[in-house]
Amino acid sequence: MTQAIVFVEHAEGTPRRASLECVGAAVAAGATVLAVLTGTGAEAAAPLVAGASEAIVLTSDGYSPDAFAVACADLVNARGAKAFFAAATYRGKDLAPRVAALLDVNPFADCTGLSTEGGAFQVRRPWLAGKCIATLGTSGAVLVATTRLNAFKPAASGAPASVTQVAVTAAPKVRVTGIQAKAGTRLDVKEAPVVISGGRGLQDAEKFKILEDLAAAFGNAAVGASRAIVDAGWRPHNEQVGQTGKTVSPQLYIAVGISGAIQHLAGMRTSATIVAINKDKDAPIFKVADYGIVGDAFEIVPALTAAVKAIKSQA
Amino acid sequence: MNIVACVKRVPTTEAEVKVAAGGKALDTAGLVYMISFYDEIALEEAVKTKEALGAGEVTVLTLGPADGTKEIRECLAKGADKALVLKDDAWMTRDARSTAKTLAAKLGELKPDLVFMGRVATDRDNAAVGPMVATYLGWACVTEVIGLELSGQSGKARVETEHGVETVEFTLPAVITCNKGLNEPRYAGLKGIMAAKKKPLDEADAAKIENQATIVQLALPPARKEGRIVGQGVEAVPLLIQALRNEAQVL
Repeated sequence: MTQAIVFVEHAEGTPRRASLECVGAAVAAGATVLAVLTGTGAEAAAPLVAGASEAIVLTSDGYSPDAFAVACADLVNARGAKAFFAAATYRGKDLAPRVAALLDVNPFADCTGLSTEGGAFQVRRPWLAGKCIATLGTSGAVLVATTRLNAFKPAASGAPASVTQVAVTAAPKVRVTGIQAKAGTRLDVKEAPVVISGGRGLQDAEKFKILEDLAAAFGNAAVGASRAIVDAGWRPHNEQVGQTGKTVSPQLYIAVGISGAIQHLAGMRTSATIVAINKDKDAPIFKVADYGIVGDAFEIVPALTAAVKAIKSQA
Repeated sequence: MNIVACVKRVPTTEAEVKVAAGGKALDTAGLVYMISFYDEIALEEAVKTKEALGAGEVTVLTLGPADGTKEIRECLAKGADKALVLKDDAWMTRDARSTAKTLAAKLGELKPDLVFMGRVATDRDNAAVGPMVATYLGWACVTEVIGLELSGQSGKARVETEHGVETVEFTLPAVITCNKGLNEPRYAGLKGIMAAKKKPLDEADAAKIENQATIVQLALPPARKEGRIVGQGVEAVPLLIQALRNEAQVL
């Protein structure tokens, strides 16, 4: 059976959902998965990687992406693995191209589909932030790919039968020396199951409070913004959804006061369900929305927040 | 300090995209191009770094079409000292590895201390060429940088992950891929535009490196299922809640 090596991230001992989805994608494509982990808590996280048949904890003094990449590429070679996968997180997208270059193969970023056709891997991935979708094969000896968050399901069963330690030995050129964790438990727009984004229709920065309140009512939501809002300095760039921001695929995307410029639509059109709230009934955002409400966001959003709160308090 | 800014010519973010007959390539007829958004930030950081040091030279390096020099002149107008175009009219059909190997070979000759690139080119969205170039050359690489401090032959960068901000230390030579927030790219002034006309813009044929990525199919995204306006104003909220609970089952 085809062996895939999957880089699994964890939060102090708990595998991250994005990585479990990545393992799930590999298993669904017919691969047996060797999970590689690193960092404090990796030993605790390793047995919890659903779908992996084996795990290796790479030990080192701190994290260096280049030294870690060498260890991963060595593992691919030693095991004769046919694939190396990571979630399309910051860490995964930083690591995968380095592993690919060490193996001299082409990497494929942010894949939304993964399959095997006649024994060879195929990936599906957006180009131009989703304005078109490419189905790609590779003549490289190993498929290196990152998987888009929320695009795959974690494996339902299976756990590593063994966990072993291997030391990272390459000399680092780059090292992570400080981590300033984000305050609170707020999710990133890429990983949140629910994203609530605001645009120019919100009039000023303070009014984003109504979106923060709606996000809090959902509990598992992140607040996003259109490019105009980020360029105006109302919200940080890490919240920008669109071609020059982040591309997202949440279960539910709520666009408030966003007209729907093509570069914004490209970044969110793969969301499972899209809701648009806008006072202009002809706004392009309604063309991609499953459900729309025409009207004043400052009346509609608080009412929606109250309704969501009521439902969540019953659950 | 010898600094290189790598830039790529890509379709504008406003561009509507069409797939060519046969379903294996973009229909590039009528496409309007720009320097990739994040590469503008890379160019700005290169020029800023030179200005802060008060010495050095900024070279713009691009793998692109023979007729793309208008965009490269603009880079010179924004403060780069010279430019080198590795000519390939099929530049947008190259995979990340082909682009990276071609740039790495040239950068190996240019021997820069620092290379700046955008965090991603907004055409194929691979975000791979920077770290691949650095790996092929055995250099340091920090991706998606939002803050940068240099001191001698080393530096400190800030990057933003999903979970916070990290400090990353590196040694030169290094490839830095630039994210929004690192700086505000300048506009070309009249003086810059005039000066750019006299700056060297060299051209050479780009090395041919076969793609590994093979296109099975290129298609427009599937049309979304027709949606509906559930209503007007606050009265529509209960209808929306119902739809989200019973139809979409996301609440």
